[in-house]
Amino acid sequence: MSGNTHTQIPLEPERYELAAGAPYHFDLDRREFFKFLGAGVLVVSVLKSAVVAQESGGIQQRRDLPREIDAWLHIGENGKVTVYTGKVEMGQNIRTSLSQAVGEELHVPIEKIEMVMGDTQLTPFDMGTFGSRTTPTMNLQLRKVAAAAREMLIGRAAAQWQTDPQKLVAADGKVIDAKNNRSVEYATLLKGQQLTQTITAETPLIPATNWKVAGQSALKVDGRNFVTGRHRYPSDQNLPNMLYGKVSRPTSFNATLISVDTNKADEMGATVVRDGNFVGVAAASSELAAAAVAAIRAEWKSEPQLSNKELFDYLRKNTVEGKDPTGDGDRYEVGSVDQAMNAVDHRLHQTYTVAYIAHTPLEPRAALAKWDGDNLTVWTGTQRPFGVRGQLAEAFRIPEDHVRVLMPDTGSGYGGKHTGETAIEAARLSRAAKRPVKVTWTREEEFTWAYFRPAGVIDVTSGVRSDGTITAWEFHNYNSGSAGIRTYYEIPNQRIIFHATNSPLRQGSYRALAATANHFARESHMDEAAHTVKMDPLEFRLKNLKDQRLRAVFEAAAKQFGWGKSRNAGQGFGMGGGYEKLGNIATFAEINVDRKSGEVKVVRVVSAFECGAIVNPDNLRNQIEGSNIQGLGGALFEAIEFDNGKILNGRMSEYRVPRFSDVPALETVLLDRKDLPSAGAGECPMVGMAPAIANAIFDATGTRLRSLPLVPNGLKTS
Amino acid sequence: MSSIPLNVNGKSYTVDADPQTILLSVLREQLDLTGSKYGCGEGQCGACTVLIDGKAQRSCVTKVGTLSQKQVTTIEGLASGDQLHPVQEAFLEAEAMQCGYCTSGMVMSAVALLQRNPTPKESEIVAFMDGNVCRCGAYPRIVGAIQKAAKVATTTAASAGKGAGR
Repeated sequence: MSGNTHTQIPLEPERYELAAGAPYHFDLDRREFFKFLGAGVLVVSVLKSAVVAQESGGIQQRRDLPREIDAWLHIGENGKVTVYTGKVEMGQNIRTSLSQAVGEELHVPIEKIEMVMGDTQLTPFDMGTFGSRTTPTMNLQLRKVAAAAREMLIGRAAAQWQTDPQKLVAADGKVIDAKNNRSVEYATLLKGQQLTQTITAETPLIPATNWKVAGQSALKVDGRNFVTGRHRYPSDQNLPNMLYGKVSRPTSFNATLISVDTNKADEMGATVVRDGNFVGVAAASSELAAAAVAAIRAEWKSEPQLSNKELFDYLRKNTVEGKDPTGDGDRYEVGSVDQAMNAVDHRLHQTYTVAYIAHTPLEPRAALAKWDGDNLTVWTGTQRPFGVRGQLAEAFRIPEDHVRVLMPDTGSGYGGKHTGETAIEAARLSRAAKRPVKVTWTREEEFTWAYFRPAGVIDVTSGVRSDGTITAWEFHNYNSGSAGIRTYYEIPNQRIIFHATNSPLRQGSYRALAATANHFARESHMDEAAHTVKMDPLEFRLKNLKDQRLRAVFEAAAKQFGWGKSRNAGQGFGMGGGYEKLGNIATFAEINVDRKSGEVKVVRVVSAFECGAIVNPDNLRNQIEGSNIQGLGGALFEAIEFDNGKILNGRMSEYRVPRFSDVPALETVLLDRKDLPSAGAGECPMVGMAPAIANAIFDATGTRLRSLPLVPNGLKTS
Repeated sequence: MSSIPLNVNGKSYTVDADPQTILLSVLREQLDLTGSKYGCGEGQCGACTVLIDGKAQRSCVTKVGTLSQKQVTTIEGLASGDQLHPVQEAFLEAEAMQCGYCTSGMVMSAVALLQRNPTPKESEIVAFMDGNVCRCGAYPRIVGAIQKAAKVATTTAASAGKGAGR
């Protein structure tokens, strides 16, 4: 191990995010582009594999553009800059951070840059916005695209002035020849032109140490639309003659429709659709649609189903070994665990569990669909517009190029909006009604018919020498997932296995994926092992940790937190941290337990985070704070309760999410590594929270809690 | 169905609706005022918050038939022309949002709070705002924005007072 990078730990693929189909290949006529975009310059970013084939670079004289494009940028003859990317905005603030990347390299103020995002007709194919991939990949690609555009413009100015391009610089939308005191606007250089350019691997980028636009805090580019209510989310979309759709839901999961009587709904003037198990209506108002659905008499049949009380036993007993969709990602072994386990001074075996939890995006799923003949257009909130396009094409048996999916900036996702349920429902109802139809799920529908963060059982066995060296590590995760499953501690003998399971509830990706569960188990277990050998938990971690980046965040957070200070009665301190999605986090929590009521209050949280060169410091803080607060919900009280195919707490009044009064004092330490590539930050920071709180509760009370949520009903002190 | 008079953002409307219809649906579907958001439908998340005679109310549980004599203010009616309300300005400056879906309701609740209590303590802000959910967790920034707006409002009031005395 180099000590500075995580070469030993490849990123575990997340099986719950691998539903995307094969990339769609664009085959575009450049003349079509300019017809749509107007004159100017078009710069395209080609996927790495295609760059080799396109190495000629420079100005493309050929008729077609390369096929494997992941982003493009257009500068109009009026100087307007438009960037096209399939990534989508749902609160991570990438509309702003990607604008900064382009503004930095192109030397154009960010307010002059328009980002067109997540429109399957206008933007290149993108698998989806998840996995904290936007900053390490799209941000970099757009920097390259913008840099290529800048170099091309400088080249054109140099040709015009018959001078050496090296003597020219770009600034504020102009090419400047300082020596001869002259400048020319980008717009002037592009007047009447139709130029295309492909970026090459050699396009020089501005190093992070010289950043002026990137690397600075920038306010949300369209923030004004959000504080005035002007921004139109998917659920706010309207069309003339639009109807409101609503679906009649089964009485439980996995139910079959036996009989249905829709006469009353018909009489109310609603368009009623019955198609297989689908029963839905479209009506002139959401109120009428709800009344019509309520008037439908449907009989459903289902088999008895599991309750959350039997869940963990079930998961352990219902594995589907060898059915890993990602191939060989199930198992990691090094050294000889069994042998090493027999030779240790202390052997510790513990089981940890996590519950199903709900994303609860404040904007529920919503879609507006409209047909023109065989062509379907859908506006919907999804992290995978191209994936939803595929689902629609499949559902309606039409070619993908007859479907356009647009994603207006959405009221959050957190991994919960990878699918296109409302898109399909709205499109089905619209086809029957022959008018545009909007479907917005109620909160209860969102809680019941979306999908959950997987629940899981994790068994950890460790072998530790009395001096605090961990020599053996065995880790089994049942169902929750493989993201973050590998350990970053230096352990010579390891066996780490993910066991896929037939989940009783519909499950899918969730912010930070299984890294939350795996870090909870690992970092709780590290604490337990430290106490077993009577070592300070920080000292124990550092003794077994070589990775410099991870050590740096633990040390920085410990310093800010004041680790080692004495505590009062009821007070507890704990830590958790790790490496995930290319970021490094250490989280230290101070909690207070009210012995009488059992209430656990998280009082103060210090996070140290490092994700390479920082693109937007204030937005980074915002993401870390948000991760901590969302992580706090899953750590303390969030859990889906279910029985016999029904969700028992599927309302906001019954499912507790963090509120103002739950929020601790948050202190964030940012380590800016300008020498390292920028990575994403939407997910990693949340993984330290649950173990930090669990370890702090142990510190305060001596009670070791091994199930998330930790204290849904307060701490039972006996 | 009946004709119901409604005053929203200083404008008089007559809407065709059952008096039992919830205000949020009328605002969004009949008046195309989509700034007020649906979040839970049971008054638990605050995304739909509007002012009714200056008091913060959840429009998702308010029946439109009860409002004939009342003034309704939504997020769309807060700014005067291009001049944002100090609370809106403070939310912008503090970047007190991520996805922004809760922002309308947060701003309206904050406006109601500051009308009632122009200089709230942090604990008072937390207590008053606790019915508004921000799932992205921008809470500390929202508290900061409200404190900022309170400061701006009191400073403006103080300097206005001085000016009048001169």
